[in-house]
Amino acid sequence: MWTTDSTVVADTLKASGAQDTGWIMHHVLDARELDFTPFGIIHLPEIHLFGLDISITKHVVFMWIAVLLLVLAFIAARKSYRKSLIPRGVANMLEVLIVFVRDEIAKPTIGHGFEKFLPYLLTIFFFILTCNFLGLVPYGSTATSNISVTATLATISFLVIQIGGIMKNGFFGYFKGLIPHGIPMWLLPIMFVVELLGLFTKPFALAIRLFANMTAGHIVIMALLGLIIILRTYFVVPVSIAFALFIFLLEILVALIQAYIFTMLSSLFIGMAYHQEH
Amino acid sequence: MISANLLMLALSGGGESGGPLDVNPGVILWTVVTFVFLLLILKKIAWKPILISLKERENFIKESLEKAETAKKDAEKMIADNKQSMLKAEEEAKKIIDQSREFAEKLKSQILDESKTHAKKMVEDATNEIERKNAEAFNKLKEQVADIAIQSAEKILRENLDKDKQVKLVKKYMDDLSKN
Repeated sequence: MWTTDSTVVADTLKASGAQDTGWIMHHVLDARELDFTPFGIIHLPEIHLFGLDISITKHVVFMWIAVLLLVLAFIAARKSYRKSLIPRGVANMLEVLIVFVRDEIAKPTIGHGFEKFLPYLLTIFFFILTCNFLGLVPYGSTATSNISVTATLATISFLVIQIGGIMKNGFFGYFKGLIPHGIPMWLLPIMFVVELLGLFTKPFALAIRLFANMTAGHIVIMALLGLIIILRTYFVVPVSIAFALFIFLLEILVALIQAYIFTMLSSLFIGMAYHQEH
Repeated sequence: MISANLLMLALSGGGESGGPLDVNPGVILWTVVTFVFLLLILKKIAWKPILISLKERENFIKESLEKAETAKKDAEKMIADNKQSMLKAEEEAKKIIDQSREFAEKLKSQILDESKTHAKKMVEDATNEIERKNAEAFNKLKEQVADIAIQSAEKILRENLDKDKQVKLVKKYMDDLSKN
């Protein structure tokens, strides 16, 4: 019974996946070309190095666009700061976010010595935020809905956390501090394994959370709009558009929240590794 | 069997067009490169200068507030000082007025006393003078009376008189005398 059921499910999924959800995944997934459909398609160059496929993909291009936007914005901001201490224009907006990351994220979670980690936290916050928003722009694509990107960012966070902890507490002191005080001796080997696993689950959760959140919204929007085509009627258009718009607004919120959460949790883990006594 | 089927699905899905959970090493490499580049460039052009100017501004605002606080305190102190000195001046003025009033009173009473004594003295002087004049006049009168008595005695002696006449005469002269 179970076998047949699951085979049916798998078959339907496979069949529908090939026919109906293909176009949704096409929008969400990474690609080898930039698709500006009515205007044309730009094929990106394929690069192979030491047997590795390091071709430039759509998400890489959008990461670069994010970098470009950030650099331009901060050059403008710096110009404003050179003129006077009072921020103007784009600097005003950026300052709100910078002060937010500094005072609401880094300072309370890391505490003393948070200045060292501020550049990393600010960069990850602005990078994720810009990538998230680029996915909401027409013809845009969300680099943060690629598991490779989020896993890499989480790995960088992991390295920053561990290196921060080791630099503060010393290599052995850091690993000794991982185990809580006042534990029976015979529990030590188990606790060590558990805590070590905990170290790796944190960035894993970071990566999956960001990836899932950024992918889900897009899929839901596509699915809602897809209803129009699937149901083959115009009556569903207002409903689809209204719901898609609602999800889109929600996505704006999610874009902000996920950038905040990634930075917040990174900062929290840094604080835990940095001040182990707490 | 279930898991094998689903695994097959996942694998086949991944093989066909790339599933959402496919890991692409190229993208990982580019993400690392991009992120490190972004971190370095933003650290140089943004975080350092902006964080420094933020700190500067915060310090500036803090200092300005502190300055304003001290200025306010100074002003308050000054006002209090002014009030105090004004009170002091008022008190001083009052004291001066009181003093002068007292002085005037004293002067007045002194002058009054002086004039009183002066008047008294004048009255005394006048009384003395009158007494002296009186005495003088009395003495003169006495002399005249004596003269008159002597003259009348001479007259009586010249005119030979009897005792009655004598007595009458004396009486008459005595009356005249007292009338005068």
